[in-house]
Amino acid sequence: MTEHLPVLAVFLPLLGGVLQFLLGSRGLPVWPLAVAALTVGCVLLLVGAVGSNGSIEHAIGGWDPPLGIRLRADGLAAVMLLLTAVVGAAVSVYALGPHGKASPQATHFWALWLLLWGSLNALFLSADLFNIYVTLELVTLSAIPLVLLAGPGKTVAAALRYLQFALFGSLLYLLGVAITYGLAGSLDLALVGPALADGGLAAGLAAGCLIGGVLVKAAIVPCHVWLPPAHGNAPAAVSAVLSALVVKAAVYLLLRFWTEPLAGLSGTLVAQLLGALGAAAIFYGSIQAFRQERLKLVVAYSTVAQLGYMLLFFPLAVSQAWDGAVYHGLAHGVAKASLFLATGNVIAYVGHDRLRELRGLDRPLALSVFAFGLASVSIMGLPPSGGFVAKWLLLSAAVETGQWWWAVVLIIGGLLAAAYIIRVLRYAFLQAPGPAVDVQGPVPSAVMAWPATLLGLLAILMGFTAAPTLALLGGLPGATS
Amino acid sequence: MSALYEAMPLWVLMTSLVTAVLVFIAGEPWQRLRVVFNVTGAVLKLVLVGIMLRGVHHGHEFAVHLPLLPDLAIVLRADALTMLFATLSAVLWLVTTIYALAYLEHAPNRARFFGFFSLCVTATMGIATAGNLFTFFIFYEMLTLATWPLVVHRGVSRSMTAGRAYLQYTLAGGAVFLLGVVLIYALSGSGDFVAGGHLRHLADDHSGMLILIFVLLVAGLGVKAALVPLHGWLPTAMVAPAPVSALLHAVAVVKAGAFGIVRVVYDVYGVDLVQSLGLGDMLAVAASITIIYGSVRAIQQTDLKRRLAFSTVSQVSYITLGIAVGSPLATIGGLVHLVHQGLMKITLFFCAGGYAETHGIHAIRELDGIGRRMPWTTAMFTLGAFGMIGVPPLAGFITKWHLGLGAVSAGQYWVILVLLASTVLNAVYFLPLLHRVWFRASRQEDNGVGEAPPGLLGPILFTGVASVAAGLFAAFAWSPLGWVELIVEREY
Repeated sequence: MTEHLPVLAVFLPLLGGVLQFLLGSRGLPVWPLAVAALTVGCVLLLVGAVGSNGSIEHAIGGWDPPLGIRLRADGLAAVMLLLTAVVGAAVSVYALGPHGKASPQATHFWALWLLLWGSLNALFLSADLFNIYVTLELVTLSAIPLVLLAGPGKTVAAALRYLQFALFGSLLYLLGVAITYGLAGSLDLALVGPALADGGLAAGLAAGCLIGGVLVKAAIVPCHVWLPPAHGNAPAAVSAVLSALVVKAAVYLLLRFWTEPLAGLSGTLVAQLLGALGAAAIFYGSIQAFRQERLKLVVAYSTVAQLGYMLLFFPLAVSQAWDGAVYHGLAHGVAKASLFLATGNVIAYVGHDRLRELRGLDRPLALSVFAFGLASVSIMGLPPSGGFVAKWLLLSAAVETGQWWWAVVLIIGGLLAAAYIIRVLRYAFLQAPGPAVDVQGPVPSAVMAWPATLLGLLAILMGFTAAPTLALLGGLPGATS
Repeated sequence: MSALYEAMPLWVLMTSLVTAVLVFIAGEPWQRLRVVFNVTGAVLKLVLVGIMLRGVHHGHEFAVHLPLLPDLAIVLRADALTMLFATLSAVLWLVTTIYALAYLEHAPNRARFFGFFSLCVTATMGIATAGNLFTFFIFYEMLTLATWPLVVHRGVSRSMTAGRAYLQYTLAGGAVFLLGVVLIYALSGSGDFVAGGHLRHLADDHSGMLILIFVLLVAGLGVKAALVPLHGWLPTAMVAPAPVSALLHAVAVVKAGAFGIVRVVYDVYGVDLVQSLGLGDMLAVAASITIIYGSVRAIQQTDLKRRLAFSTVSQVSYITLGIAVGSPLATIGGLVHLVHQGLMKITLFFCAGGYAETHGIHAIRELDGIGRRMPWTTAMFTLGAFGMIGVPPLAGFITKWHLGLGAVSAGQYWVILVLLASTVLNAVYFLPLLHRVWFRASRQEDNGVGEAPPGLLGPILFTGVASVAAGLFAAFAWSPLGWVELIVEREY
């Protein structure tokens, strides 16, 4: 049973999504919810199995690599699957609000969302470069139509730009895959390492293409330009998934490549360069977030900034940095999903998200504002929260390796995050003359308010659950300790 | 039973954390229920603190470990120093709750106010019971965040400006502090609070680093302790409602900073190490400058609460000064001021709130003749002011006496000059005020309103009398002074 769990985790949501397409609006919302629940259960079993027995591998159809396709659930994959399950469950419940009634739009949402979920699981479980390429494409191609669900008016341009960048990234990545295949004669992550480490021009080019392609997909500065319009205009549930999971998947690949196929690369300069890109993302994203006039764009630019922290792993490269970077990814995923869902509730109630016109929302939207506040603590990296534990680990790594400039980046990044978050939160408390809202929408139902709140609480709770999570992650691959 | 008993610091935290959650859940409509939660929580906490106080007095040390990372744990602990701060907070929380209930009787957003109010006390309790620097930092930052909604509670643009200044200072301070904490852990592998410190073995090889870390830590803590030039947020934050100001100035925020400095000097570095690195003198000079500067600025203020705020800037640094001088007697003076200043300053702020709420008085010149209309409040105000000046046998005198003796025994005679100058300055900004309230004719027409309502007056009388008692009965073992002598006995 256990060795089939990876297959189930991938194909349950994939097939569920396809079937939803075929069913049309029939079976809504029971069918997709049942699929989501099964997927979550399956992932939890899988994660439990990885936690107690270590990595699980499954060769599909019994064909071993290099001939067959191999699915592998190790610690890193397990924590990412877990994050996807947690955020996915919350988003699925939330989506009952805006996408719960049978309609063509709801059909598309659920079908695409389940496809996206399956593709993400497949991506985390893939153990060879080509498989990763396919899943990466699946993720992109189910994410872009989801952005379009917000209505054609504002999202076509955003989706097109997203598509352009995504395709460019894919091409770059595919080029890297092709060169690697030429060099190594295999695409299995565990087998291509020696060929990529030989230091030749071709190997360098392959590594550069792989890293570059993923960086574009991860929206790391200066390739971030597609992210804010796409995440800022998509429906709330979609934005949450995109920011918490989809871009995170790309950064995950970067961590995966660096510690496995590219581990032999003596890349001090590349590592510092990646770190510098991370720092640039932190500063630029935060400053842009501070300058936005719309709530959702603030949250979107915050994603640009927060992804930068994960890149600080590369120059620090000790096991504390590994723990810190991954934990940051998890904490950010949970907190950012909460922020986007809460923002969605604000928009549902007020009808817009122009910051200057928001005020006094703490009463009608108490739960959502509360959720926003809790998640913000983690985003700012203040204790007690998951974001703080991650920041502590990264800071310790910076001090331990004597690279104090990264410590300064972390500290300043936290202050910048506080600046743009507080700028938003103050509108909850501001009492200005005039009615709070001109034409108020319905107060968000419990189904829409609680997922955001629970995610926000989880973001805080993650300040206390680092030990078991990091035990599941299982330490920096290849580290001696 | 014993495990439950051992975990007392956790229960003490929980009493106010649970109260906060319940108050948030009850929300705005359930006013009576919220009051019940608030008062029950405060009383329960007082009882638990009492039990803990008894245990610690008999030499027991409570400790709770919550492992967080392989080599890092959240530690809640109660030693004698903890209990000094925890008891002060528990007592004043109950009193301030009663005061705030009366003060905000018809104000909007009370659920939000009392929710964050309880969170604020949770954080303060966490700071008191923190057993290592990491835990201390967690609650230190939690306090920053929990207090902000209280500062901006009124929601007008002046409060928002004050809130922004508050966060700019405290978050920047917190960031600097965090860097210091990480460095301590990296250097010594532990940030535990151990009586006498645990860094002495590093003094030979890493003295430069130790000095740098000390500066980072004290700069971070100095923001909340309002050490000049890091004090800028405190006077602007007085736009908050009176109970918040009272809490901010007497127990929560500024005391958290001062208490942190005490912990760093005594339980991380150790007095000997601080003195041998020459950091004591540096700290003493910073504290002295703050004492004088705060007093001078207080004289210039025309707004009552602003004058009190600058007075706080000055008075809190007595604590730092006592610690920095470092002799046992000076330490006693510094630590006992943690309680004395709290009692006196909360009385003064309660009175200021009473004046504002009953007669709409904010500026000092409007206070003329108020003594005849509000004799009880004004009497307590007078006692608080005399205490601040240091008139024997009031609490402030006990502080200054020990500080002076301690300075002499440490051979630092210049501290006496600082104390004298500060006493004169205190008199300059309090005595004319007292003259106004008692001897000038009233400017306002008599509108038939007299004393503050009982909900305000009760707490005022309680804290006023307590501040007098702290001075009068200082010789008893259960007085603040008696307890502080116990702490110092155990420390040296």
